[in-house]
Amino acid sequence: MPDWSGYLTLILHGALVTAQLTVMGCALALVAAFVAGLARLAPVAPVRWLATVYIEFFRGTSIFVQLFWVYFVLPFAGITLSPLLAGVLALGLNVGAYGAEVVRGAILSVPKDQYEATIALNLTRFARMRHVILPQALPLMLPTFGNNAIELLKATAVVSLISLSDMTFQAQVVRAQTGSTLFPFLTILILYFAMAMLITYGIRLLERRMTRGLDGVR
Amino acid sequence: MDWDWNFVAEITPALLQGLKLTLLITVLSALVAAVLGLVFAIARRSENRLIARPVSFFVEFIRGTPLLVQLYFIFYVLPGAGILLPPLVAGVIGMGLHYATYTAEVYRAGIENVARGQWEAARATNLTTRQTWVHVIIPQAVPPMIPALANYLIALFKETPLLSAITVLEMMNQAKLVANSSYRYIEPMTLVGVFFLAISLISVVILRWLEQRFGRLAK
Repeated sequence: MPDWSGYLTLILHGALVTAQLTVMGCALALVAAFVAGLARLAPVAPVRWLATVYIEFFRGTSIFVQLFWVYFVLPFAGITLSPLLAGVLALGLNVGAYGAEVVRGAILSVPKDQYEATIALNLTRFARMRHVILPQALPLMLPTFGNNAIELLKATAVVSLISLSDMTFQAQVVRAQTGSTLFPFLTILILYFAMAMLITYGIRLLERRMTRGLDGVR
Repeated sequence: MDWDWNFVAEITPALLQGLKLTLLITVLSALVAAVLGLVFAIARRSENRLIARPVSFFVEFIRGTPLLVQLYFIFYVLPGAGILLPPLVAGVIGMGLHYATYTAEVYRAGIENVARGQWEAARATNLTTRQTWVHVIIPQAVPPMIPALANYLIALFKETPLLSAITVLEMMNQAKLVANSSYRYIEPMTLVGVFFLAISLISVVILRWLEQRFGRLAK
């Protein structure tokens, strides 16, 4: 009879790595999404092109290929990344590309008269974004960002293939050591689902917080 | 390390072989996803709660967990229950099931977009539930959703490299094989990326055409 509690601890250690990857990946994705999303709306054409290339490239190839490329090809160019860093980089940039389109869409959906009003009030570009456009655009982005965060959580499973000891990797270890398949895989399926629920719940809270005071505006 | 065109020419046939399998898997999985998604969407609308509730939970569960783990589950756990599937079949079922939960949402939006009067007219003309779905609702609900469905087809295509983890010899696995035997990673990995990018970009063009042909869902 294998020592299940010991193996469960192993999987929970993996869960910690998965959580860490998700949080760091989300942070990078958020930054990338705003930078690329705003760049796509920039008045300077080359900036727009650059953002489009970034977005199309990362949305056009799969996360799996990107991860392998970062981990196996970059070392030949003299850039060696730890598996964790490679994972965060690939996940963040990939999901960030999807997020950029969300940012762009949400900003464009703010009514035009809001822009005209800021011009009439002589606000600077920064003040316009910070105080008028973004407060109205953010609540529109949140639900999709929530979905993207769950996609990122699910994509973290792929990093187990570049030998990062996340939850999926640990499940494979348990499978290899015990020969049991149902226990490790069912456990991590449930844990992934719990994490996804947690994200859904967190986003809902955030949404309530952000739409406060916006009643009657939309 | 430098880029070697001779090596590229040498490995391209193997990669194209993998690409063929990748496309085959994509088409088969897409068929499973398209059919199963419709089944899920209709089952979730069932008036019988004993059907609607468990199906809803199942769909949410599949959507909240990674495809890779689901593939492992099908590939490693099911044989223990006496269901032994070849890797290719396991992959197609796994991907089809996973994306069915996405297409189910697309169908749901399409179904909800069918005017209420259509349901009422079906009831008034005394159609059975089955006739209502087959002859009234589905023919109106599905065509406007074709562009959205095609979007998931592209997403599905990009997920096929995951099948290399359950030993399917698709493009990514071919690339890994040649990379491991020759210790050259730049060319195979980059080529795989280029193939994916090329096919994705072509499909985006086709998608735009589909959007024009069938129109976006009217808001």
